[in-house]
Amino acid sequence: MSIDLEQFHETFFEESFEGLDIMESGLLELEQGEVDLENINTIFRSAHSIKGGSGTFGFMAVAEFTHDMETLLDQMRNGERQVTELVVETLLGSVDVLRNMLNAIRDGSDIDVDSVAEMTVSIKGILGEENTAPATATKAQVSGVAAKGWVVGFKPHIDIMKTGNDTVRLLRELNSLADTAEVTINNESLPPLSELAPEECHQSWRINLINGDVSEDDIREVFAWVDDECELTIESLAEEENYIGPERRDDDRRQKEPERRKTDRRINKPAESSSIRVNISKVDELINMVGELVITQSMLSRFGEAEDFNAATIERLKDGLAQLEGHTRELQESVMRIRMMPISFAFQRFPRLVHDLSSTFDKKIELIMTGESTELDKTVLEKIGDPLVHLVRNSLDHGIESPQVRIDSGKSEIGVIELSAFHQGGNIVIQIKDDGAGLNKEKILGKAKEKGLVTKEEGLTDEQIYDLIFRPGFSTADVVSDVSGRGVGMDVVRRNIRELGGAVEVKSTPGEGSVFTIRLPLTLAILDGQLVGIGNETYILPVISIIESLQVKTENINAVAGNAEVYRLRDEYIPIVRLYQIFGIEPVSTELDTGLLVVVEAEGKKIAIYVDDLLGQQQVVIKSLETNFKKIEGLSGATILGDGTVALIIDIAGLIELYQKDMAKVVPIKGGGIAA
Amino acid sequence: MSETAEEISHPDASKEFKELLTFFLAGEEYGVDILRVQEIKGWDSVTNIPNTPEYIRGVINIRGSIVPIIDMRLRFNLEKKDYDATTVVIVLSVVNEGKEDRTMGVVVDAVSDVYNVPIDDVKASPDFGTAVDTEFVTGLATIEEKMIIVLDIDHMLNAAELAVIDQIAE
Repeated sequence: MSIDLEQFHETFFEESFEGLDIMESGLLELEQGEVDLENINTIFRSAHSIKGGSGTFGFMAVAEFTHDMETLLDQMRNGERQVTELVVETLLGSVDVLRNMLNAIRDGSDIDVDSVAEMTVSIKGILGEENTAPATATKAQVSGVAAKGWVVGFKPHIDIMKTGNDTVRLLRELNSLADTAEVTINNESLPPLSELAPEECHQSWRINLINGDVSEDDIREVFAWVDDECELTIESLAEEENYIGPERRDDDRRQKEPERRKTDRRINKPAESSSIRVNISKVDELINMVGELVITQSMLSRFGEAEDFNAATIERLKDGLAQLEGHTRELQESVMRIRMMPISFAFQRFPRLVHDLSSTFDKKIELIMTGESTELDKTVLEKIGDPLVHLVRNSLDHGIESPQVRIDSGKSEIGVIELSAFHQGGNIVIQIKDDGAGLNKEKILGKAKEKGLVTKEEGLTDEQIYDLIFRPGFSTADVVSDVSGRGVGMDVVRRNIRELGGAVEVKSTPGEGSVFTIRLPLTLAILDGQLVGIGNETYILPVISIIESLQVKTENINAVAGNAEVYRLRDEYIPIVRLYQIFGIEPVSTELDTGLLVVVEAEGKKIAIYVDDLLGQQQVVIKSLETNFKKIEGLSGATILGDGTVALIIDIAGLIELYQKDMAKVVPIKGGGIAA
Repeated sequence: MSETAEEISHPDASKEFKELLTFFLAGEEYGVDILRVQEIKGWDSVTNIPNTPEYIRGVINIRGSIVPIIDMRLRFNLEKKDYDATTVVIVLSVVNEGKEDRTMGVVVDAVSDVYNVPIDDVKASPDFGTAVDTEFVTGLATIEEKMIIVLDIDHMLNAAELAVIDQIAE
């Protein structure tokens, strides 16, 4: 019976990456000098699981590498080794190597053998190997009890295979411990073929491990998982030196290993994980909700059978329908919540990042993270990681000053970067705050002029100046470092965040630091929509971008340069966008005072959209236009209304761009531009 | 006896057959692989999509997904015709190498019939004579003295305006 192990690969990778994250955060804590046995144990357990899993799935390279790490951790656990900075750094490096290895195996690409070899050498160096063997040697050489070898008697119980264990794998792992392994198989109790059940194990083995520096514990560990399912004897070979096994099977085993390596790389999965782990309480909540729904439904179905239908029943029917509506909404929210994950998944990489970068830049940084349990949609979470990394790097590189400068300006030598997440309205807000020097207005302006981003410096507010850093091709770094300062950063950050339907802005106080604020929608799947009528069409505006809707007072309309119209709203002049023109729709009326203006904002720009009518608000499920068609400028998607028809959702930022392009063309407006 | 019956239903068992759904468009009969046809439905109102060519009539809701509808007459610059009782939308699944299959609807004058055509009988089309660009034609089949133009829907519906996704995304 063979089980297709590939179906478990995805789970293995997921768990291994989780394990690596745990190891990493544990190691970072160690680094801060807190030697906590529980912590070391946690790290050890993660390493052990990865080793066990990779051995089971035949990713021998990973298993061997992890084994060395594990040995080191074991010594730390037993108090045989001091926790020094060198050890922690090496282990952190090993975590990276391991992560790369697992990534390579998952993506079916080649493992970077050099980095693995290099890291193996440094681990072995710490372990005090006299002959720092090159990592290409597949044998794990472990210091410990020096014995010439061991005789291992392994007599599994008859049912061992039924519990999912594979004796061959155990033997293979044993083989990897020593230079030479001689195996004798005992077939005596094997029944005749006619009585043989394929799932029963009748054999027993006697293995001579020769010349490996193997301790008894190492051997016991191999069998740790089958401890209670076999009879295991381990004797030192010293007394039986003359014993020579009749069969030498390890040679052809070793030849098989390279083949196995090749098969390691076959799996080719997309990098984005396609499964999520859901807290059981969320599922229970969902089940409860469905129960409620069923009860309401059965209550309502009674009305269908009712003989007489009077005012009282109608009242009860109304109540029932109201209840149904409530339950449906709750159910919808619960289902959405399943996709929600805590932002700690995106935050957890930062302690490491800050740790690495502060040594690169010779800065002293303390990272404070708050609101890690704030939940947001998984899709958003996966895509927000990179922009966040960029912003944190940026704060570290450009924001925080060097220790000397800080002391000179009367600040603490240690810079603080605060990463926080919280809910605000229907949004998730993520803030990256540093107590550095703040943005340098003059420098930004100078650079912007040099790059031709602005022509005159008068009339720009502080916010507008700071906003320039998000423009393409802008970078003020004096020295282009590999971390930031290539000028491809901030505009990409803004673009990525915009793609998620969010916005990013920066506030800064000279000498006190800067705050980057990212606002993101809670979910990408549902949107509060304002339905508007234009001609015979219904469009949807995201409620979140609407500032206000108003009736037009003709005296407030001004024409600029002939065809562009602006509306004076209190102290502001807001461009009027005639949606029917941009979208080529037959309008009901072109007279502004017969319709309404909806003032909307995106990325700090406001426009007033002229619509014929406001039709009501509702939550809409966003459907992609790209699934079957393509992206359309000015639209973010479509939805299906209650009557089954499709309505298009307007992308405000895209619409503003479209409008600006339209204006730039300076084509005279058809249908008579209106001048007040 | 049974042998004869079999011979009648399968004139040549060694031949590979392809079932075609045929439809009319401006007097000519076109065929598409029936396995690609998801459903046939009457013309119903669509939601217009701004700033798209005229032949993209708009989008409709088919069981929760947004499906674009393409007018075949307009697509191939044929004479416009008002939609009437026989006008139908054929919903097709379109295969695009390396991407998810897409669902699209095409508006045609009327559906005609389903034929079982031996694959070998689909001859390469001459370089003239059909209203549809020969680029989108797999070949010509002759059935009961009639000529049927077999369309390459994947090529046709992934072409030009309909699949500019890649270009826009750069």
